[in-house]
Amino acid sequence: MNWAGLYTVLSGVNRHSTAIGRIWLSVIFIFRIMVLVVAAESVWGDEKSAFTCNTQQPGCNSVCYDHFFPISHVRLWALQLILVTTPALLVAMHVAYQQHQEKKLLVLTGHGDPKHLEEVKKHKMRISGSLWWTYICSVIFRLLFEAVFMYIFYMIYPGYQMIRLVKCEAYPCPNTVDCFISRPTEKTIFTVFMLATSGICIILNMAELVYLVVQACARRAQRDSNPTSGKSSLYGHKLSTEYKQNEINQLLTEQDGSLKDMLRRNPGLQEKSDRCSAC
Amino acid sequence: MDWGSLQKVLGGVNKHSTSIGKIWLTVLFIFRVMILVVAAEKVWGDEQNDFVCNTLQPGCKNVCYDHFFPISHIRLWALQLIFVSTPALLVVMHIAHRRHEKKRELRHSEKVDVEELNKQKFHIQGPLWWTYSCSIFFRIVFEAVFMYVFYVMYDGYQMPRLLKCSAWPCPNTVDCFVSRPTEKTMFTIFMLSVSGICMLLNVAELCYLMIKFCMRVPKKPAILK
Repeated sequence: MNWAGLYTVLSGVNRHSTAIGRIWLSVIFIFRIMVLVVAAESVWGDEKSAFTCNTQQPGCNSVCYDHFFPISHVRLWALQLILVTTPALLVAMHVAYQQHQEKKLLVLTGHGDPKHLEEVKKHKMRISGSLWWTYICSVIFRLLFEAVFMYIFYMIYPGYQMIRLVKCEAYPCPNTVDCFISRPTEKTIFTVFMLATSGICIILNMAELVYLVVQACARRAQRDSNPTSGKSSLYGHKLSTEYKQNEINQLLTEQDGSLKDMLRRNPGLQEKSDRCSAC
Repeated sequence: MDWGSLQKVLGGVNKHSTSIGKIWLTVLFIFRVMILVVAAEKVWGDEQNDFVCNTLQPGCKNVCYDHFFPISHIRLWALQLIFVSTPALLVVMHIAHRRHEKKRELRHSEKVDVEELNKQKFHIQGPLWWTYSCSIFFRIVFEAVFMYVFYVMYDGYQMPRLLKCSAWPCPNTVDCFVSRPTEKTMFTIFMLSVSGICMLLNVAELCYLMIKFCMRVPKKPAILK
């Protein structure tokens, strides 16, 4: 499991994201993960071996390095990127669950042939209903993780500039010892770069949040002004024209509440299910 | 996530590019990315370890290395290649958006052949022409910016053998020796030339697109007549 594996897992989410979500995912993978792997890891590669202290006291080097760098920048960024990309898996799981429910419904209504089941997998889910809430939660968690890590960064390394020289007094160093960091300027450049991209990602997430809320309000306003309109899911239209009321009643009484919820979301069936006694 | 993944992502653009665009992409991946990964990274691999200063003063080597090499050539090239290849993603996104719109249109007429739609090539005209031209423009800008940054940081492209350093804590002036300066100079000149070739290809592609646009516009009045 490496970054490429994570990329494979998250590419599936891409299909069901908003346009801003896709841009965010591209920024994460190209400007953060790729830069981390291709450039930043080699800059911090010799951070301990080239950390030199002006003393011959054994152990002083190690102790001073540990004192000034409790956790390396590269590891912090790797953790940040993993935590920031994982809320998208909530959405992936919810979409998989919904697709499973749709397939179950198709099998029950006699459309369980491989062609229809394949179509369920391929069609894009609309971000509405419970999926909207899951998506919003995932965006909020992303924002939270980004902010938390930026705060941790600021607490551990106050200011983002990497200094050339640190003065160390930890035991067993005799008195105060000068210690020199390797490649401080290059490290500062990359720290500022990663910080800037992190800021861009926060802005994209906030924009996506606003977009989703506005979209939901607009949809609600449209539904309130025109209650009979609204698009059905992929098979809502087909099922409503083919199946009789009593067959749908039968399904509803036999199956669990999640199927009822899905049928309720399909306006094509909504009219008929309103008239049914089993609902 | 590495250069291979970037190549996969950009492979999709290739289908909708002009011939010059396809040549540019090939030059980018073979003569720049591949050379960077296969050769240049090894040449610069021991740049700090083998950077030797004529002093026993601890910390002097670190400080002098940092003073003369604020950012390594390898990292600058890696950043340059990432930035130069990303405008192509604008085109990828625009094409994905067009395909999505077409699928939505065709779904209502029940004539959806997803495979054929995915394989269909879009002609570079209308809004796609503008997106494509913008992406080429950004490529040229990024190439120029990075070449300028290179020139400003490392005056001239030649890697010197000897550097004289007087930054604290080095006592007085100290001689520091760079490892493999000639090999580094050769690769710097090579990457610079290929960067120049890529810029020329981009400028040629931009001119080609403009000529195509100008040739298309006069045809319209003839059709209206």
